[in-house]
Amino acid sequence: MKQVNDPYIYINEQKFSLAQIRPNTTLLRFLRDELGLMGTKEGCAEGDCGACTVVAYEPKSVAYQEATYRALNSCLLLTPSLHGRHIYTVEGLVERERGGFHSGLGRESQAPAHPVQSALVEKLGSQCGYCTPGVIMSMTEACYRKDLKEAWQIDDQLCGNLCRCTGYRPIQEASESIAGLRPQGPLLERLENEESAEQQAERLAEFSQEVQDQQFFRPTTLSSLWSMWAQSPQAELVAGGTDLGLRITKRFETIKALISIDQIQELRSTKMLDEQWWSIGAAVPLSDVEALAKDKLPALERMLRFFGARQIKNRGTLGGNLCTASPIGDMPPVLLALGARLRLASAQGERTVSVDEFFIDYRKTALKKHEILKAVELPLNSSSAQNITHQRAYKVSKRQELDISSISACFSITLSEDQSQIIQARLAYGGMAATPKRATQAEQVLIGQAWSLESIQQAMQALKEDFSPISDHRASAWYRAEVAQNLLHGFWLEVSHGAPERLPYRPSSTLNLADL
Amino acid sequence: MSQTMNNELKSPLHHDALHESGFLHAKGEARYVDDLPLPPHTLWAYPVQSTQAHARIKQIDTSAALALEGVVAILTAQNIPGVNDASAFAHDEPLLASNKVEYIGHPVACVYATSLELCRKAARLVQVDYAELSESPILSIREAIERNAFHGTPHIMQRGDAEQVLASADLKLSGVFDSGAQDHFYLETHAALSIPLERGRYQIYSSTQHPSEVQAKVAEVLGIKRSNIVIEAPRMGGGFGGKETQGNHFAMLAALGSYATGRAVKLWLNRDQDMMITGKRHPFYSSYEAGFNQKGELLALKVDVIANGGWAEDLSSAILDRCLFHLDNPYFIPTLHFRGRVAKTNLPSNTAFRGFGGPQGALIIEEVMNRGAEHLAMDPAELKRRNFYGEAPRNVTPYGQVVLADRSARIYDELIKSSDYQKRRAEIDTWNQQHPWIKRGLAYQAVKFGISFTASHLNQAGALVMIYADGSVQLNHGGTEMGQGLHSKMLSICAHELGVTLDHIRMMNTATDKVPNTSATAASSGSDLNGQAVAIACRKLKARLKPVAAAAFGFADPEAEVDHLHFEGGVVSHPQREEKLSFEDLCQAAYMSQVSLSATGFYRTPNIHYDRSAGRGKPFHYFSYGAAVLEVELNGLTGEHRVTQVDILHDVGRSLVPSIDRGQVEGGFIQGLGWLTREELKFSDTGVLLTHSPDTYKIPALGEAPKHFKVSLLSDADQPDVIHGSKAVGEPPFLLALGVLGALRHAVASYHPEKRVEALAIPCTPEAVLASVAVAQGRLSPEQALKRAQG
Ligand SMILES: Cc1cc2nc3c(=O)[nH]c(=O)nc-3n(C[C@H](O)[C@H](O)[C@H](O)COP(=O)(O)OP(=O)(O)OC[C@H]3O[C@@H](n4cnc5c(N)ncnc54)[C@H](O)[C@@H]3O)c2cc1C
Ligand code: FES
Ligand code: FES
Repeated sequence: MKQVNDPYIYINEQKFSLAQIRPNTTLLRFLRDELGLMGTKEGCAEGDCGACTVVAYEPKSVAYQEATYRALNSCLLLTPSLHGRHIYTVEGLVERERGGFHSGLGRESQAPAHPVQSALVEKLGSQCGYCTPGVIMSMTEACYRKDLKEAWQIDDQLCGNLCRCTGYRPIQEASESIAGLRPQGPLLERLENEESAEQQAERLAEFSQEVQDQQFFRPTTLSSLWSMWAQSPQAELVAGGTDLGLRITKRFETIKALISIDQIQELRSTKMLDEQWWSIGAAVPLSDVEALAKDKLPALERMLRFFGARQIKNRGTLGGNLCTASPIGDMPPVLLALGARLRLASAQGERTVSVDEFFIDYRKTALKKHEILKAVELPLNSSSAQNITHQRAYKVSKRQELDISSISACFSITLSEDQSQIIQARLAYGGMAATPKRATQAEQVLIGQAWSLESIQQAMQALKEDFSPISDHRASAWYRAEVAQNLLHGFWLEVSHGAPERLPYRPSSTLNLADL
Repeated sequence: MSQTMNNELKSPLHHDALHESGFLHAKGEARYVDDLPLPPHTLWAYPVQSTQAHARIKQIDTSAALALEGVVAILTAQNIPGVNDASAFAHDEPLLASNKVEYIGHPVACVYATSLELCRKAARLVQVDYAELSESPILSIREAIERNAFHGTPHIMQRGDAEQVLASADLKLSGVFDSGAQDHFYLETHAALSIPLERGRYQIYSSTQHPSEVQAKVAEVLGIKRSNIVIEAPRMGGGFGGKETQGNHFAMLAALGSYATGRAVKLWLNRDQDMMITGKRHPFYSSYEAGFNQKGELLALKVDVIANGGWAEDLSSAILDRCLFHLDNPYFIPTLHFRGRVAKTNLPSNTAFRGFGGPQGALIIEEVMNRGAEHLAMDPAELKRRNFYGEAPRNVTPYGQVVLADRSARIYDELIKSSDYQKRRAEIDTWNQQHPWIKRGLAYQAVKFGISFTASHLNQAGALVMIYADGSVQLNHGGTEMGQGLHSKMLSICAHELGVTLDHIRMMNTATDKVPNTSATAASSGSDLNGQAVAIACRKLKARLKPVAAAAFGFADPEAEVDHLHFEGGVVSHPQREEKLSFEDLCQAAYMSQVSLSATGFYRTPNIHYDRSAGRGKPFHYFSYGAAVLEVELNGLTGEHRVTQVDILHDVGRSLVPSIDRGQVEGGFIQGLGWLTREELKFSDTGVLLTHSPDTYKIPALGEAPKHFKVSLLSDADQPDVIHGSKAVGEPPFLLALGVLGALRHAVASYHPEKRVEALAIPCTPEAVLASVAVAQGRLSPEQALKRAQG
């Protein structure tokens, strides 16, 4: 692997050295405080408002065969983890100011606006304008995407951008009007000229850095990871940083030593291990997982539909979601119900554990010191000639989009060939206990029983023994207990009535019961 | 529609236009306070917040924090040279807590240091010792009532003998009702930049809706005259009332730092600080008794409302007043007794928020009407229509103002028809019978909203229009731009009055050295008041320019020709002259003829007055009207729900700029929907705000805009005595969202044997709706369902 001494990044096509930038510095602070690029705003510093959105050039990935731009929350991005990447900010879209380094003071830009900018202005999609730069950058991803085919994808693209003024109708219409437009210009040129081997090597170069009191390591292979970790044993891992970043931006912690694993190539691939088992690298961004799951694992896709926002899914990883072991993480219930295996790796070698053994206690996992999650392995095609498996995932939150679950669940039920008997049942919940957890009592009630409402009702009763949920600001214990039961009931209704596996556009509920 | 097209319009007035800053927003060139270039050696300011809701401050030890290199000063109440009070008028709001703290978040000291990071570090080292006070903190309205803790005086309105009428009414309903708080969640948090100048002067940039009040408060806290202070308000990244009084504090803290150190000081709050320190929409607790006859006519209404004012009075009394003024909404109430008070609690001081108590008031009568319809098994829309104001004597509000030019019935007829209300309501009833899990609901929501500041003296505004000899114009007015499009409207008026194109005019930042003694940009009155002032200033200038133009056309008696001149699109013409005169040449000629090219305009709203002690008067210049038909769909297993279809017909008079008004209607509606369905401010049982960032506080996101969202502006609706026939638009559309309650009730009631809703807590989160369903199914008591919502 190529090595560099100091990391650097490209902002609006100009190169900047990060040699003097403390590694805990977020891209947002770098843009505003170091470069004076004031277009990008801070509305929350936690990934929840989108005012800080920028786009990053992303060469082809596991799900996208061609290069794309990805909208990202600059408030959560650690600047050195972007080494070698091309970032565009709202200022970088105006062509004359390619480079985007005129402050906009003293000279209003007369150059034609980017079509994305004109579209939003013409629909009056800005009122106070504070959300606007972020909206523009999320629209920029949409403008160059080729896969925007379904109506819900526009919501998904933009739901990470809160606007308190407009009521969204004009933003939605403007976004629809430019989706997939791909106008001529420097941004398109970059996408169309494939990254050269040299550029790629540069982007994937490894480095270690120490600025003032902070160390940062960026291996791009596993072997380098082990040696860097040995060099700084206290260092913490960061993948997308959408979870870890909050410690820096909200709790104002200084993390003294970090190892960025998001570009380790072994963690960024997906493959079929055999006929049945599908392996997803721990550092594959969730938006790629979502795109691939559409055909492979509808339950996984269904859960990802209302997971964070596009910006979060573009950066957050499956590995990060599992290893942070939050009781309200949305991936664990899915993996528990689907019966995933986890591939763990350390300098000493690799091992495989069942996901059932992974979550030990509140935010505690089975990972040993200096061990990482390498890949998640999921069984596909669970139905066979002898039996049929139904898998569905549910997420209930105060707000459907960009919200943390009050309660989430995923159910996998295997029925006999004639669909009369329950052969296997895996019922997993998030938000109901200190860890994501299976409802083993309820499962036992179901196994061997008839596939009927009576059996389901017995299982619903058994859930009371499986869980005693708590009350917090998201939901009360009453609500959690009630909905835990009702989701199971809803699952039975969906399956027995053959409701579609995928959610419709703007569903009124996580349960697909519209036609029942 | 494009910018250039608008520049070519003969008059931009009454035409769609882009937002005047749209391209600046979209190109990232719009500058807000946090984006301004800083003078050398600027310090950062950072408030140290109280961790106790009600405690005495024993001691504040700043020594460890001051020992950090780069920490320049830490100020406490003792260091204030002038008056330690940030309140708008009540004099009860110490900027820095002096001997006791009254809520969690209350600034007790302010750190000034060379970087924000250093400020945070220092703030953590400031040691505040508290002593318990004998009285525990008051954290709810109910507690305040028990302990008799109130701000201000009660406000009472009455007409006839309500008790007596209630006693004999066919249907008598009573109940209690809680509405929820709402954080403004403007995307731009509070910010101020203070630059000290020679001779004790200050230039302060503030994100405020009320520059004149910030000026007055900074002068007071420094103990100097207002003439030493210029407040400049660039655009705000949203205000919604949250920057009407609450910007005072942060400009004052910045100025104090400049006073102490002689250096420029910048204060910018992060989201968590902003949400923890500043006030919110007032929750109200109310109890009511209502009497109807069999026809569904409301005969009498008794209401007691109590607002949660928080620790200081702020604008709470005026907000309470507006709540009472809107307890009627568009309905005539023959006999009534209304009483209101403001509770004092140890929570952030609640403040102005779009609607200013009006939505909370209207909610109560809507609850009464909805329940009345359920009990009488009538279509709620029909019942409400029967109660609209009508001919005398059914045209007098509870406070004695006569309702003129009522547009409720006209809007009702048009919208019921265009939205196909009756057919859809019947279809939904059938659907609900056939679908056990998914229920739908439809509601008609009418709104009447009074326009004017109810403190009558505030209804005044000024403008300063300056024309330069090259024909370019600077437009100054007292209003502030927070996204609502006020500047766009003022530009249209100015261009129309002067007969120039928009590119002749430069809109200036709102500043107290251009227009003095202004009122807040609030109460939806920004364009009504400032628009008149701008028009008056422009008309003065035009009157001075006319003789110059006539002379330039070579008329022997220029004064005789002034009425025949025509100003349009930057060109002046006269029917008897072939050649035309450009505005540029005219201004140069005026300069050469020693004619003054700057003028002020001043306007005050005529004939408004209110006597609070009598509960009588004419507080409003006029009323705005509107209505919405909303459809919802809910899932009875999870309580999740979604507004699927909305049709709105709204009265903005003859719109100054229709595209801007439509944006206000849509944005206001969605904001109201957020308040009623998602946004939940939860405090711990010691008074800590638990939901202080968008992680836990959920405002509507893009996908919540209804799939079908049609907004029409009422046609042929000129309003006499208002600038160019228009009407105010900022607040009224917020109330259209109240219809979501009616629609949800329709859906939930389908679970009840008698089609009633016995409990529906606000905000109607999925949990609140599921609880309501459980009550309708008889699985939960109404008390249990409502408990969680009590304020
Ligand atoms: C606005 C916002 C919305 C969100 N919405 C959701 C949501 O809807 N549902 C949900 O479940 N989560 C949500 N999250 C949480 C978070 O985005 C996800 O958990 C995400 O998957 C984390 O991935 P990451 O790569 O960013 O993790 P990081 O922040 O990089 O890492 C998280 C933790 O995992 C460790 N780690 C990461 N990868 C590995 C590995 N391969 N091996 C060992 N340890 C590892 C890190 O050391 C760190 O301690 C949200 C977060 C934000 C900010
Ligand atoms: S600042 Fe809100 S998402 Fe980044
Ligand atoms: S325009 Fe104000 S927040 Fe979107």
